Amino acid sequence: MRRRTGLVFVAPALALFAVFVLYPMVTAFSYAFFSWQGTTRGAFAGVSNFVTLFTKAPFTTDLPQALLHNVLFFLGTMLIQNTFGLAIAYLLYSRPRSRRVLQTLYAMPYLVSPIVIGYLWTLLLSPTFGPVNTLLTKVGLDSWALPWLGDPKTALWVVILVSVWQWIGFPVLLYGAALGGVPEELTEAARVDGATNRQAFFRITLPLLVPAIGTVSVLTFIFAMEAFALPYAFGGSTGNPAGATDFVSLLFYRTAFDSGATDAIGSSSALATLLFLIIFGGAYAATAVLRRHERRITA
Amino acid sequence: MTTAVASTEAPQDLAAARPARESRRRPPRATRPVGGAGASILLWGYAALALVPLLLMLTNSFRTNGDLISDPLGLPSPPTTASYVEAWTTGNFATYFGNSLVVTVGAVALSTAVATMAAYALARGRSRIFRWLESLFLSGLMLPIHLAILPIFYLFDGLGLIDSRLGLTLMYASSGIPFSIFVLTTFFRQLPEELEEAAALDGASSWQTFWRIMVPMVRPAVATVAVFRFVPIWNDFLFPLVLLRREDKYTLPVGLTNFFGENATNYSAVFAGLVITTIPLIVLFLVATKQIVAGLTAGMAK
Repeated sequence: MRRRTGLVFVAPALALFAVFVLYPMVTAFSYAFFSWQGTTRGAFAGVSNFVTLFTKAPFTTDLPQALLHNVLFFLGTMLIQNTFGLAIAYLLYSRPRSRRVLQTLYAMPYLVSPIVIGYLWTLLLSPTFGPVNTLLTKVGLDSWALPWLGDPKTALWVVILVSVWQWIGFPVLLYGAALGGVPEELTEAARVDGATNRQAFFRITLPLLVPAIGTVSVLTFIFAMEAFALPYAFGGSTGNPAGATDFVSLLFYRTAFDSGATDAIGSSSALATLLFLIIFGGAYAATAVLRRHERRITA
Repeated sequence: MTTAVASTEAPQDLAAARPARESRRRPPRATRPVGGAGASILLWGYAALALVPLLLMLTNSFRTNGDLISDPLGLPSPPTTASYVEAWTTGNFATYFGNSLVVTVGAVALSTAVATMAAYALARGRSRIFRWLESLFLSGLMLPIHLAILPIFYLFDGLGLIDSRLGLTLMYASSGIPFSIFVLTTFFRQLPEELEEAAALDGASSWQTFWRIMVPMVRPAVATVAVFRFVPIWNDFLFPLVLLRREDKYTLPVGLTNFFGENATNYSAVFAGLVITTIPLIVLFLVATKQIVAGLTAGMAK
């Protein structure tokens, strides 16, 4: 293909990508380094917008709390997806006939909008007429019929478990594909040498799955740090009850569009930049560690 | 969630995009199911846990509000569609549904069209500029575009695109380009170059070669990209929340939030709204399970 023809083919995609993705991304960072009065950009401000995030209200209280929730959200979803999701995938792998159907059923909630999922579980967990608490009472577990979403102590765990419930089909699929890549000669040979199923899994299969576990963990990290729609549906933009389901992206949204502060653009852009650095840095570091591990198991 | 982040896969690994082949290559094994009957029961039990909340959403939408409150565990007897009528007409879901459909279909069509053209050129172009452009596009896989919402808001404000379905369509079409190009270039690279050489000998122009010969050959990949992009665009919440202010322009997720805020105690109508928002995706999933599963696994590293 001639160079000029090729560029004509690329041009429409490049134009859209440049205007609506690249340009906003680049300016998003630049916004963070200027002082702002409403929508008027002032002088270059260095890192003072970032200093605001650590010294001024409401950030001094809201930011550490929101960030902690993001981290707990990540740790919770990652731990459950990597144990439960992997266990399901492993059990499915030895059931070739029911595997496809079950994988499909597990993936169904993934399709549904996080907003719908949030409202659906809000209604199902309602203390007054929710079927969950009604069922718990009926089977004699009255002490478990709690106001799950109304209590700051349990609300975050509901968000975590519902998120896992929605996304578990994804690690099951990925681990299923990864298990297909483990050479059967290896596990067969181990069994011939007298290894049990359990030994073959922990000594041979699991180490070979580390790259897939790493991929799932990195994707979960990015997903957890960006969480917005699901917590919004559960607790609104302020993370009700009492900020128990507040997340960094909700704080960002409040600062940018709801706070009415004159320097809202500066501080919210600094917050977005900070979140980007956390996501990018975390994902990059994890990927680097994984690459090293991969070289070791392939060498 | 961008499933294609952290991707370093070689073209041949994309066999995941054709799951049918996997089952042909690997015949069912003779080994006994790990965990036996107990594990099988757990697996089917979890399948029920995945489905029952969605089924409750469906059954509850066919009940009256009073019925829902007096008997939370009941079934629709007899089923009533009153809550759908209410959500669809007085709840404005007809408008929201139309907006979501126009924006999502428009964005998927535009995004897939421009990405297919670009992917063909990137896969076949020999000049170094194409390598550079490809990495530029693929860098978009790692950009959390939602964090740029503020500049996007001011860009839209400047272009007069606030409250515009066209604006939202352009936004989604653009943000989907990296993933689409990523999947499609791998497919174009697998096609033999002799195809184009033969077409050129027969006097076909570049456009004719692309449109008549190459596109039909990558049709399965195009279908995967289109179907897989449909889901996150249909479900997206932040962009319409910020970029649409007028209620008659709302897409379903924002319209739903609006409706939930005003009708939080009209449970059956809310359930109907949830079902209306979800139905198109369930239909899509039933007719295109293969493409969705392929899209989910396309982002795997190994």
